[in-house]
Amino acid sequence: MYEFKYHRPATVRQAANLLVKNEDAKVIAGGHTLLPVMKQRLASPPHLVDLSHIEGLDGIEMKGRSLVIGATAKHANVATSAVVGEAIPALAELAGMIGDPAVRHKGTIGGSLANNDPTADYPAAVLALGATIVTNKRRLKAEEYFQGLFTTALESDEIITKVMFPLPKKAAYIKFRNQASRYALVGVFVAKRPSDVRVAVTGAGSEGVFRVTSFEEALKKRFSPKVLDGLTVPAEGLNSDLHGSAEYRAHLISVLARRAVEAATGKA
Amino acid sequence: MAKISLIVNGNPVNANVDPRTLLVQFLRENLRLTGTHVGCDTSQCGACVVHLDGKAVKSCTTLAVMADGHEVKTIEGLAPDGAPLHPMQEAFREHHGLQCGFCTPGMIMTAVDIVHRKGHDLSDHTIREELEGNLCRCTGYQNIVASIAAGAKAMANSDLA
Repeated sequence: MYEFKYHRPATVRQAANLLVKNEDAKVIAGGHTLLPVMKQRLASPPHLVDLSHIEGLDGIEMKGRSLVIGATAKHANVATSAVVGEAIPALAELAGMIGDPAVRHKGTIGGSLANNDPTADYPAAVLALGATIVTNKRRLKAEEYFQGLFTTALESDEIITKVMFPLPKKAAYIKFRNQASRYALVGVFVAKRPSDVRVAVTGAGSEGVFRVTSFEEALKKRFSPKVLDGLTVPAEGLNSDLHGSAEYRAHLISVLARRAVEAATGKA
Repeated sequence: MAKISLIVNGNPVNANVDPRTLLVQFLRENLRLTGTHVGCDTSQCGACVVHLDGKAVKSCTTLAVMADGHEVKTIEGLAPDGAPLHPMQEAFREHHGLQCGFCTPGMIMTAVDIVHRKGHDLSDHTIREELEGNLCRCTGYQNIVASIAAGAKAMANSDLA
C-alpha cells in the first residue's frame, strides 16, 4: 500500500470540503473494497476521507412511505434491523448474503453503491425497488445513478448520504453465488411495485446491473413464475469468464427470476 | 504519522502510526500480540479476526487509524494471563478443534462472536454457515464445529464473555 494522508471529518460538509480541496482523495467507510485494491496497488489515493465517524449517517428508519437507510449503515445492521425486516424483508435477506459475518460488520450500503461492482448485490435491489440515492448535492433516481462498470453519476466531490426505498408489494432476491468468492455469479431481484414490476440483474451484465424489460412486462400482466416460461435473455452483452459463459449466465437469469417470483409470492 | 489511542484487551494504548498500517500489523508488530495471524491478507481466510467494539472483523482489512477511539479484543484478551482458559478455548482443546493451529485464533474469535449474536444453543448448520469467512486449510471442520457447539454451551455458565 502506498502512503496517504488520513482524514476523519465529523460532518458530511467537512468531508465534501476535503474532497474539493484534494482532487484525488478517496472516500472510505468500511474499507472492504478500497483497502484490498490499495494493497494490490491498483489504487493509490494520496488522501483518504473516513466517513465512518460521522454521526447520524448510519440510521435506518421509516420516513413516510419510504425506508431510509443511511450511507454508512453496515450490512449486518441492515440484515438484522427489525425496521428493514418489517418493511422490505427481501432487502434484509440480501444484506445477510453479502460476504461473510466479519465482512458484514464493516461493509456499508453507501460503499457498495458508490463502488458499483458489477457483481455486488445492493445495486440489484436499488434498481428493482426504484430507490433514490440521496447525496450531499442532490437526489438521483436508480436509473440515472448506475452508469456502467464501476461507474456512477457521482461527481468527484459528491457523497452518498442515504438511500430511500419505496415499499414494494412483494419482493425477493435470489443469488447464485460464485463458490469461491461468494459474489453473485448472477443475482436477480424482483419487485412487484404498486404501479409496475421490476426485474434487476447483477453479476451478469458487462455494463453492470440492468433490468429485463421483457420479464417485467410479462410479470406486470400476471405476477406468477409461469408467465416467464419460454422467456429468455440474449447472451449478447453478458459476462463470460472462467466462472461461467455468457450463455450459462443468460440461462441462470431465467431460472433465478422464476425462483425470485416464487419466493416473492410465497411471502405475501 | 497519525496519533491513535485505543483500548486493546482492556488496556489503553497510545501510538504514532503511519496511516497505512493495518490493524493486524499494529497488533502484531507494535504491540507484539502475535496470537492474531495473517493468513491470506485478502479478507477471505479469517485467521486475522479480532473483535472491534465487540464485533468480529478482519484486522487485515482495517486500518489501525480507523480503530482510533475504539476497543479491540484479540485472542490474548479472552482470558487473563495465567488464569484458566476462556470456555471457547477450553472447548477447542477438549474437542481437538485444530490440526496445525494456524487458523485457530481467528476461529475462536469468530466462534465467540457467533455466540454473542446467536446464543448458546447452536446447530451444526448454523455454525457451518457462520464460519463462512474462516478457512481451515487442514480441513479440520468436523472438530471445529463440535468445539464451537460445546464452547457455546459452556459460555452460558461462565463469567468470561
